[in-house]
Amino acid sequence: MSTAAASVTTDRQFQASAKTGADTNAPVRIAVKGLNFYYGHFHGLKNIDLNFHDRQVTALIGPSGCGKSTLLRTFNRIYSLYPEQRAEGQILLDGMNILDPKIDLNDLRARVGMVFQKPTPFPMSIYDNVAFGIRLYEKLGKSDLDDRVETSLRKAALWDEVKDKLKQSGMGLSGGQQQRLCIARTVAQRPDVILFDEPTSALDPISTGRIEELIEQLRDEFTIAIVTHNMQQAARISQFTAFMYLGELVEVGPTDRLFMNPTERRTQDYITGRFG
Amino acid sequence: MDATNTLAAPPLAQSRVRPGRRRADAVLRGFCALATLLGVIVLGSILLMLIVQGVRGFTSTLLTQPTPGPGSEGGGIANAVLGSLVLTTIGIVIATPVGVMAGTFLAEYGRTSKLSFVIRFLNDILLSAPSILIGLFIYTLMVRPMGSYSGWAGGVALAIIATPVIVRTTEDMLSLVPGTLREAGVALGAPPSTVIMKVTWRAASAGIVTGIILALARIAGETAPLLFTALNNNSWFNADLMGGIPNLPVMIYQFALSPYPNWQQLAWAGALLITMTILALSVIARVVIKPQRAR
Repeated sequence: MSTAAASVTTDRQFQASAKTGADTNAPVRIAVKGLNFYYGHFHGLKNIDLNFHDRQVTALIGPSGCGKSTLLRTFNRIYSLYPEQRAEGQILLDGMNILDPKIDLNDLRARVGMVFQKPTPFPMSIYDNVAFGIRLYEKLGKSDLDDRVETSLRKAALWDEVKDKLKQSGMGLSGGQQQRLCIARTVAQRPDVILFDEPTSALDPISTGRIEELIEQLRDEFTIAIVTHNMQQAARISQFTAFMYLGELVEVGPTDRLFMNPTERRTQDYITGRFG
Repeated sequence: MDATNTLAAPPLAQSRVRPGRRRADAVLRGFCALATLLGVIVLGSILLMLIVQGVRGFTSTLLTQPTPGPGSEGGGIANAVLGSLVLTTIGIVIATPVGVMAGTFLAEYGRTSKLSFVIRFLNDILLSAPSILIGLFIYTLMVRPMGSYSGWAGGVALAIIATPVIVRTTEDMLSLVPGTLREAGVALGAPPSTVIMKVTWRAASAGIVTGIILALARIAGETAPLLFTALNNNSWFNADLMGGIPNLPVMIYQFALSPYPNWQQLAWAGALLITMTILALSVIARVVIKPQRAR
């Protein structure tokens, strides 16, 4: 990153730490209990216990390959697209074990939305992109659907930029706009939880800043889990941070506490840049 | 100062490239140019010959009148053109759903299963099977039991030739769709069938359509499978698909070998017409795929 971007970073970090503290009393929406994950024979996650609190942003950090994305991908069971991947243990979403084979995956995924590393607009109009998820579950009239699309695009801070070209292809937007379109598409389904898998790593610093502000706002409504490579980002936008290493959860706690005063040696080494 | 000098490119005289390598490069380049030239000359002379001979046959009656009787003057190839249109239409209408569905199965559902490995292998064999075998196959399967050459048999034979082309391009084009797009669809709670129909097909649509057009171009000029199936009849086209149907390739084959100059001339004109059609289809295929690449 350039020096200019770095100074922006420090500014925002300062604001963020002044702004939002962790609400440790917030109810638990997702409770991970004794979770193990396997890629074929490879043991990708080892006995994870972790809580995600209502309307808080929880950041998952750690070096590449530590299992943070793997953990995120268990919450909507997207991993089950790949037959060689499997999870054992419990993940309770509002008390319901989503690893139960009897769970309706499509319902689960409507409740737990996901935004990916690379923007993934569908090859259709901006309007249809946002309406895609709604149409799967709800039969809305034209004006209701229009309203919902507009609200979603507003929540994703994209409305003003696209309101005059809703019929144009979503592929024609810039990378940052595409990512906000994907967020709008997710928000439109009114999920309980939104998972972000390194949502800004393919974006420039300005687009990154907008997405971060957006996540901050979405926290009012949604429980958010975000995987990030960028520790400053975790510090800026999250209330809780979990540090993972080699498939294990090393430490979790309120973000300010974890960054200022980590209890684990490995956390300290990682956040001070000694490895990773 | 010295350091910068050693880093700079050495003068040509002291070039570190062995002289032999330059020579090898020149020789190889020469061969490549020669081979290209050879191919272009052959293709060019075929086209030239076809145009020179064919254009003379482009009379005002070419597309309005049916093939003339042996030895008589005038006439056209309207019945053969119409018959060819009907046969290719039957072929592509059968092959498209089968090919697209099979390609979709290979790319979306059975990527790594044993069944798809077998299907893929057989499809590749079918892709390069001599087309006369397919004619004989349909002859045994349809013409003999039904008792006559027929338009239906011709259409089915063409469909068998077009299908593997469509299977292959559909699979290839769907495989190019990034997996993250599928994951994004699934993550919204869409069942796999919805993701395929609304997202992956759409993302690959230009490529799939191109494959269909190329398959169309392929079967438009097929002769061998029609010899045993649709054969020909020199009458004005009638809508009876249960009987033999006039068509361009077999007409060309029969007329070119005939002793009548008028028939030979009509064969040239038909050949030029088919070539132009295939050329046009290939150009359309390229134009169709372009907007997707530009995006």
